[in-house]
Amino acid sequence: MKLQWWKILAILLLAYTIVAGFLTDVPRLAILHESIRNLYFHVTMWFTMIIVMLISLIYGIKYLGSQKAEHDIVAEETAKTGVVFGILGLITGSVWAKFTWGAWWVNDAKLNGAAATLLVYFAYLFLRSSIEDSEKRARISAVYSIFAYSMMIVFIMILPRLTDSLHPGNGGNPGFNTYDLDNTMRIVFYPAIIGWTLLALWIAEVRVRIHKLRLKQDEK
Amino acid sequence: MHLVGHHFRQEWKQRHAFFGLVLYCAATIFIAYLAFRNSIDTVTWNALFWIIMLFASVNALAKSFLSESRGRQLYYYSLVSAPVFYLSKLFYGIILMLVLSIISLIIFSALNGTPSWNFTSYFISMITGITGLAITLTMISAITSRSGSHTSMMAILGFPVLIPMLIIIIKASAKAMDGFSIAAMPKDFILLLSLMVMATALSYILFPYIWRD
Repeated sequence: MKLQWWKILAILLLAYTIVAGFLTDVPRLAILHESIRNLYFHVTMWFTMIIVMLISLIYGIKYLGSQKAEHDIVAEETAKTGVVFGILGLITGSVWAKFTWGAWWVNDAKLNGAAATLLVYFAYLFLRSSIEDSEKRARISAVYSIFAYSMMIVFIMILPRLTDSLHPGNGGNPGFNTYDLDNTMRIVFYPAIIGWTLLALWIAEVRVRIHKLRLKQDEK
Repeated sequence: MHLVGHHFRQEWKQRHAFFGLVLYCAATIFIAYLAFRNSIDTVTWNALFWIIMLFASVNALAKSFLSESRGRQLYYYSLVSAPVFYLSKLFYGIILMLVLSIISLIIFSALNGTPSWNFTSYFISMITGITGLAITLTMISAITSRSGSHTSMMAILGFPVLIPMLIIIIKASAKAMDGFSIAAMPKDFILLLSLMVMATALSYILFPYIWRD
C-alpha cells in the first residue's frame, strides 16, 4: 500500500516533534523547568481535538443538508477520534498540573471547560448508541452536536478570558505569549500541531474506511 | 399564540402533574433543609437553590415533548409548521418554569431563611437564569423525545450543555446575594443573554430537522 504524502508528512513531523521536543534547548523558567516541554504534547492535543471536532461539526451540518450516510460516518468517527485526543490532553495536562501547580486538578475555567466538552461528546456518543434506526440516529445526533458544540465554544473561548486563572492564556493575557515567545520553542511547537492533527486525521480516515467496509459487509 | 393557550388548557386538565412538580420541589427543598440544619451560608444557599432548580427543570421540561402521544404529535404536525410549534412549546416551558421557580424560591427562603441579599437583583438574575434553562432544556427535551428514550437521557444530554449557562447564572446570583445591583455586573448579563439568544436561534433553525419523522 502506498502512503499518501500527508501521511508521510505526519510521520516526519511527529518524529521531529519527539526528537526535537526532548533534545532542543528550552528556556529555563522557575517552577516549569523541563516540564515546559509538555507544551509540545499537552497543548497540541487540545488543538488537535478542537480541529477534529470542528470537522465533525461541519460534517454534521453537511449531513443535515445532504442526508448522505457518508457524511454521518465521517462525523461520528472524527468525534470519536477527538474524544481520544481530548482524554490524552486531560491526562497530559493533569500530570503537568501535578508537577507545577501541585494538584492533579484545580478549579479553573479552562480545565472545567475541557471536562465539560468531553462530557458533551460522551453524551453525543451515548445518544448515538441509543437510537436503532440509522437515518434517525444520524439526524438527531447531528442536531445535538451542532447545538452542543456551539454552546461549548462560547464556554471554552470566551468564559476563561473573563476570569483569572493559573492557566496561561487567561485573565487578560492573550494566547500563551508568556512562555511561547521563545523562538526555539516555536519551531517545534507549530510543526507539532500540524503533526498531531495529521495523525488524528489519519486515524479518523482509517476508522471511516473500516466503518464503510463493515456497512458493505452487512448489506451482503 | 392559540397553541400556547392550548398547551395551558392541556396542562390544566392534567393539573395533578403540575402539583406533582410543585410537590417534587417542595420535598427536595425540605430534605435540603433537614440535611443542612440552619448551618447554611450564602454560597451554599445559592448553589443549593440552583441545583434544586436544575433537577426540577429537567423533570418539568421533560414533559413538554415526552408526554405527547405519537398520534397527537402527528396531529400537530399536520396543523402547524415546525417553528411555530417550537415557539409555542418554548413559551409554555418558560412560563411553567417561571411559576415553578417563584414557588420554589418562596418555600426555599421560608425554610432556610433569607440572606442579606439584594432581592431585586437576585430575582432578576433568577428569572433570566430560569428562562435560559428553559430555552436549552426545551430543545434537549425535543431531541430526547425523538430519540425514543426516557427522562434519564434528558439529564445525560442536558447537563453537559447546561454547564456554561449554569456557571454564569450561579456567579451572577451569588453577586446578587452579596448585594450587588444588576448594573454592577454587566459582563455576566451580556454573556448570559447572548447565550440565550444563541440557544434560541439554534433551536429555531434546527427544530424542523428533528420534528419531521
